[in-house]
Amino acid sequence: MTISRRGLLGTGAALGLLTACGSNTGRDDGGSGGGPELSQWYHQYGEQGTEQAVKKYAAAYDKARVTVQWRPGNYDEQTAAALLTDSGPDVFEVNGPTLDQIQGKQTADLTGLFEGVKDDFNPAVLAPKTYDGRIWAIPQVIDMQMLYYRKSLLADAGVEPPETLDELVDAAKKLTSKKAKGLFLGNDGGAGVLGGTPLYAAGLELVTEDGKVGFDDPAAARALGKIHQLYADKSLLLGAPSDWSDPSAFVQGLTAMQWSGLWALPTVQKELGDDFGVLPFPKDGAGRPSVPVGAYGAAVSTRGEHQQAAKDYLRWLWIDRTEYQEDFALSYGFHIPARISLAKKAAKLRKGAAADAVRFTTDHGFAQPLRWTPASQTAYQDALSRIIKDGASPDSELKGVVRKVSAELDRVKKK
Amino acid sequence: MPRQRGGGQGGTARKWAGVQNRTLWFWIFVGPFLLGLGVFTYIPLGWSVYLSFFDAHNTVTPSDFVGLGNYTAMLKNEAFTDSLWTFLVFSLFIVPATYALSLALALMVNRQRRAQAFFRSVFFLPAACSYVVAALIWKMSIFNGVRFGLANTVLGWFGGDQIAWLSTTDPPWYWAVIVTVRLWLQAGFYMVLFLAGLQRISPTLYEAAAVDGARPGWQVFRHITFPQLRATSVAVVLLLVINAFQAFDEFYNLLSDARGYPPYARPPLVYLYYTALGQGQNLGLGSAGAVLLALIIAVVTVGQAKWFGLGRKEAQ
Repeated sequence: MTISRRGLLGTGAALGLLTACGSNTGRDDGGSGGGPELSQWYHQYGEQGTEQAVKKYAAAYDKARVTVQWRPGNYDEQTAAALLTDSGPDVFEVNGPTLDQIQGKQTADLTGLFEGVKDDFNPAVLAPKTYDGRIWAIPQVIDMQMLYYRKSLLADAGVEPPETLDELVDAAKKLTSKKAKGLFLGNDGGAGVLGGTPLYAAGLELVTEDGKVGFDDPAAARALGKIHQLYADKSLLLGAPSDWSDPSAFVQGLTAMQWSGLWALPTVQKELGDDFGVLPFPKDGAGRPSVPVGAYGAAVSTRGEHQQAAKDYLRWLWIDRTEYQEDFALSYGFHIPARISLAKKAAKLRKGAAADAVRFTTDHGFAQPLRWTPASQTAYQDALSRIIKDGASPDSELKGVVRKVSAELDRVKKK
Repeated sequence: MPRQRGGGQGGTARKWAGVQNRTLWFWIFVGPFLLGLGVFTYIPLGWSVYLSFFDAHNTVTPSDFVGLGNYTAMLKNEAFTDSLWTFLVFSLFIVPATYALSLALALMVNRQRRAQAFFRSVFFLPAACSYVVAALIWKMSIFNGVRFGLANTVLGWFGGDQIAWLSTTDPPWYWAVIVTVRLWLQAGFYMVLFLAGLQRISPTLYEAAAVDGARPGWQVFRHITFPQLRATSVAVVLLLVINAFQAFDEFYNLLSDARGYPPYARPPLVYLYYTALGQGQNLGLGSAGAVLLALIIAVVTVGQAKWFGLGRKEAQ
């Protein structure tokens, strides 16, 4: 049988049409409701079952057809870029939004959705979502970070759980041996994950209430100098196969203490039973223990065609459907619900290390302020890295950071 | 009798579709690529130059004109100038190292009488591996900082201490990781170019040299092989320098984490990525940096081409 050119072209065109009919439009399985079509983005959670859960929630909504995209990779960068285009999401999870995104009118004002329930949201995580008296995202769950320590290793070394930064430096040194290090603050020595935590522990803050630099103080240099001491003593675990957010290094015995998140608690509990405890970041000088808290929020893109429908959906999911909120926080991973009423009644958070974590969050929690821009963060993080690893002078490094952060604060104030 | 051209429907079709209509076929084949080049290269390039004169935070259609403000800010920015130094250090090492290694491999493989194809394939194979995958293998298996990392295990056999290869700045062990991964990935590709160059050298030159009493080995290499490889060498060095300027994948995957990138070993593209495309979304400043970088690359490439005499007619 011979195939004519015309026949070949015809077959090709038919196959092309068939392919187009079944092509991937980028919309995953989602809701089956009527109404407008909404696309919703989440960052890829490491916890089993979370993706199925959010798709189940979306499918249960009957006033719009919500399609969920579960996005691996650099999610914050992906959403930031997508918000510049018309092909981005209608509703999306955001580690923010940043002040530039709000000032750039990329996210919609969601203040109206909080009517009657605003006081039920944890104020520590609602504050960074609030600008100019308006709320720009709905906090979904609270994540916090804390210090895990192995009770048996500390007892063997005759070390008490550290309550001050000096005690942490001493404890890490004593717990360091040929086989294991005393403390794991991440593979970069803590420059990335610690952020403002040592400053809050020294009684300072990143940005003051009135929008000034909050760490132009000798106490800041003193606290950061102690973090360098941990590095200089060779007490820090560096170069572990997994980073600080994963408790592998801690449960495998590569380190006696590790800075990680509440999400790691189920794994640590499963592997170590009762042989561990948790602490806030120890205070320094006249400061206080400090615990960073944060919350991914649900936001609406102003580029979406169906803004009101998107807002209605978010109100339904993250304000009305409290059973979904509790399920999302506690059934797959381990997070504190953003709603105070839900956090109070959650049985899993009432005992042991989980109860300690909730107490730390309430007593010592701080969230990164909205005016702390990505540019400020990069300048500070670079300086912290140089202080920790290169032994650069904390005083002069911080002077440079104060200059840059002041300029950034002036810039965002002008808008 | 010659066939009449045109005339009637069949003639028109032949006129349009006939092989002799070279202009039509030129545009059919070249047009889509030109269109792609315009849409995906030249328009974004022009737009980037436009953005570089505006305060463009979180927008690609800015209205706040700042003139050369972004350029002066970028040139005063220590992080950007440090990234240029990082590139300089990297290229000063990687260009000659890759050149020497790939030439040595080519000479070695070329001399193989047996199993030449096998060795050529073995050395070329890493070129097919993704930079991202190779960087992750280097980071997580070979050069991780704990006792069961391959490099630390070997050190342990000789009684050495564990080294946090990517986290230590004094000494800067991270360079060993960055350089070895790139050498492994690209030496095989340049080896193939040199092999092609070597096989183009006429055997009569070697025969004449032997008749004249030239000693095989270094003397023949210096006076025959190396000068005959001049054209290949120029191309290889140009490609190596351009590739070094484009360094991103292995740096990013070896040194970044979810919280950012350390201030050391940060090449310009990584810095600009964080400025413009990361959460910073300062597209005006990032564009100014990109324009500056493009100018530097252009000056270096033209300077280098002049120095090598690229494009000059070979001496008669």
